[in-house]
Amino acid sequence: MSYKVTEEGNISTVHLDGEIDMDVTEKAKEIIFPVIDSGKEVHLNLSQVQYMDSSGISVLIESHQRALEKSTKVIIKDVSKSVLKVIMMAKLEQILNLE
Amino acid sequence: MSEIAHQDHIEKKAFLVNSSSLKEVRTFCREVFEKLNIQEDLKDELVLAIAEAAQNIVKHAFKNSANPTELMVVQISCENNKLQIAFYDRGTPVDPKKVKHREIDNVKPGGLGTFFIQEIMDAVEFKDGKKPWINHLVLTKQL
Repeated sequence: MSYKVTEEGNISTVHLDGEIDMDVTEKAKEIIFPVIDSGKEVHLNLSQVQYMDSSGISVLIESHQRALEKSTKVIIKDVSKSVLKVIMMAKLEQILNLE
Repeated sequence: MSEIAHQDHIEKKAFLVNSSSLKEVRTFCREVFEKLNIQEDLKDELVLAIAEAAQNIVKHAFKNSANPTELMVVQISCENNKLQIAFYDRGTPVDPKKVKHREIDNVKPGGLGTFFIQEIMDAVEFKDGKKPWINHLVLTKQL
């Protein structure tokens, strides 16, 4: 998994690229959590993520909950069809902020 | 149920029990499902179910016994349009009664892997592992 973080005003966008599974969840958290902790609105761009398992879904839940604690929000952008299917299977499409 | 007749096929592969093997497990599954001519959407679901089961072996069966040479075997077979995926490992014996997912409405990290497996597959069965194996999990789905 590779990543890129871009900043624009009060929005930080984290672009993830690759497959998000148990092997990379710690790395994903190390990338995303400090951005959330900075207090900015975080856009998580998943357009280049074609596979995500339950470990990846856990990262999305943790990110969402962490953002709420920090009084900010994580918006998940450009989800691929295959990842959206997993989010929907977990019945999270109404819980997570998807755009 | 699919209207496509899938040819009978059996294939198995051993993987080191660690999280970096999960990608190899997925690649193996995708290659086999390609040979079986399984449609794309179903293939994605099956790969997820298999990867979740393999992840459970890494995460739970070998929780307290990390051994860099330990193997798990994944066997995919298709007979009369019935797909069977068997997992063999030598980790801590699994108590099937303790294998359960979290309440789906209680949103928190973790506890979804087993839920995904049950959602995707028709049946999930823990069988007695025959030597040298300790755990033998079988997932089935009618294609």
